[in-house]
Amino acid sequence: MLALFVLIPLAGVLILNLLRFDFIKKIACWFGVLLTLAQIGFVLFVPLDLMASQSGFFGRYFASNFTMDSLSKLMILAIGIVVFAAIMIGQFTYSDDTKRFNFLNLILLALAGMNGIVMVSDIFSLYVFIEIVAVASFVLISTYKDKLALESTFKYIVLSITATVFILLSIAIFMLISGNTSFASIGDAAKNPGNSTLVVIAVCLFICGAFTKGGLVPFHGWLPDAHSSAPSSISILLSGVVIKVTGIYPLIRIMNITGGGGEPVKNILLFIGALSIVVGALASLGQNDIKRMLAFSSVSQMGYIVIAIGTGSALGLAGAVFHILNHAIFKSQLFANAAAVEKQTGTREMDKLGGLALKMPVTGGTSIVAMLSISGIPPLAGFWSKLLIIVALWQGAHYTYAFIAVVASVITLAYFLMLQRKVFFGKLAQGLENVKEAKFGLVLPALILALLTILIGIFFPLVYNKLILPIQSILK
Amino acid sequence: MNLILAMLVILIVAALMVVFSSRLLMGAISLAVTSIMVTLLMFKLNSPFAAVFELSICAGLITVIFITTISFVKPVAEEDLLEIRKRRIKKYMALPVILIIAGVVMSFVIKPMILALPATGQETNFANVLWNLRQVDILGQAIILLVGVFGIVVLFKEGQKK
Repeated sequence: MLALFVLIPLAGVLILNLLRFDFIKKIACWFGVLLTLAQIGFVLFVPLDLMASQSGFFGRYFASNFTMDSLSKLMILAIGIVVFAAIMIGQFTYSDDTKRFNFLNLILLALAGMNGIVMVSDIFSLYVFIEIVAVASFVLISTYKDKLALESTFKYIVLSITATVFILLSIAIFMLISGNTSFASIGDAAKNPGNSTLVVIAVCLFICGAFTKGGLVPFHGWLPDAHSSAPSSISILLSGVVIKVTGIYPLIRIMNITGGGGEPVKNILLFIGALSIVVGALASLGQNDIKRMLAFSSVSQMGYIVIAIGTGSALGLAGAVFHILNHAIFKSQLFANAAAVEKQTGTREMDKLGGLALKMPVTGGTSIVAMLSISGIPPLAGFWSKLLIIVALWQGAHYTYAFIAVVASVITLAYFLMLQRKVFFGKLAQGLENVKEAKFGLVLPALILALLTILIGIFFPLVYNKLILPIQSILK
Repeated sequence: MNLILAMLVILIVAALMVVFSSRLLMGAISLAVTSIMVTLLMFKLNSPFAAVFELSICAGLITVIFITTISFVKPVAEEDLLEIRKRRIKKYMALPVILIIAGVVMSFVIKPMILALPATGQETNFANVLWNLRQVDILGQAIILLVGVFGIVVLFKEGQKK
């Protein structure tokens, strides 16, 4: 049954292209929306045992290749939410039917790739599915084909291939010690004390690859350019879920199956996490382009997730995974707001904007919710995940890192307040007198995501018990 | 033995084509052929897992990534091609000679060594490894090829329109 998460988007692309009529091109995005809603509903309402069932044709086929645990389930949920938002925004920002159709095809293939990443139980298959998402991202980022888009795509390709080299070297070492590439064999081989040095080397190589894919400092060179030069719907996909699924999720999985490679590796994660938090936050302060600021903010928030993984505790893991879900929601919403502002005003430069809250009340209002959540203000979702991370750091006696995480949260609030002041508050900027609120379809994803942020925050105990707490059981 | 020799010859010719070719696309395709030959050689040496990985990564994924990247690069003008080809041949003329000398020297050095073959009992059926044990990789690679095709269609079609 799990194979359907990969096969249905793939079959959708094939069917849509076989029926390549003008009418199909017009409604294709709605197919994508329905598909992602079905994915979200499936994850929320179908029990894990039933989903992982190996009966029936699809259950038997690929049965040994795909598995689902509580971590995969949460990732599938995050992927569904972000791809839903990306397709909705794409539906209303691409003016040309053919371009919109091509965008949908590529985003559905990326969806198949991302679903595959979080369900495979073999490190080589993991790599193959990571490459699907990478190649789809190369094309999606370069959609505008202007100098900046092509330059950032090229930068991403070069760094992504470098990450691939690290990951392949790591896979080679894992295969050398375990004779196989399945997670179970690698886990067994890692328990052998005779392999400990090779395990540390392999984990470190894998971490370098994962950090590059995840945009962690100092491997983040591609991220701000790629996220700011891509169309807004693609920025949502990249910042909302691609960097997490291709960078952070594999890192969590490898750390979990190998036992993390010991204290030195955990110290590297803590240090790189803290560095990313600080560098991302400080770089955000100096930006004038809204999307570029959001991209640097993603670097900072990835730092929070990595620092939590570095604690090596069950609480740290819970905090990291909860922050992945929250960041997927509120960062997608912030990019959706940026898309609405760009569509209505024609610019993303904050110096040219101002006073938009009166003209675009829904966009302005929802962006305040996301801003407060990302800055860790209670009772919104972001507060709880940051609280878990800071408590995990404190419990692990990492007091300096806990202090850095708190201070950086204040800096996050500072740069988002600056964004709000420059874009939505103050006097209305010249030339924006005739600006109106964006179309309902464009503000709807932001409204849904803002509502989710509020609901997750208010019903935190329920979400924590149902979705986050079971993840601790994957710890070995 | 003759088959292996033929594979080695094709491998060397394809590898030299990678270096001498003045067109990036031809270089990428030649590299894929080199990988396919390495795959076949690994399979003949009873290492189907290594062969499948070589086929998956080098002949499959890397080629798609190369061709996608090449689609971003402006092609060389026809009139410049000849000049580039001449320069390339001049630069790498010594390469085949070095390759032959290295081959002869290594045939003396490596001869006394015994290559370790996989232990008995390990899966050696290439088809079984490819279609049963690594079926999800094949699915993944099919999707990558599809993404590559879409990428090239999107980038080239729009470029031609402009």
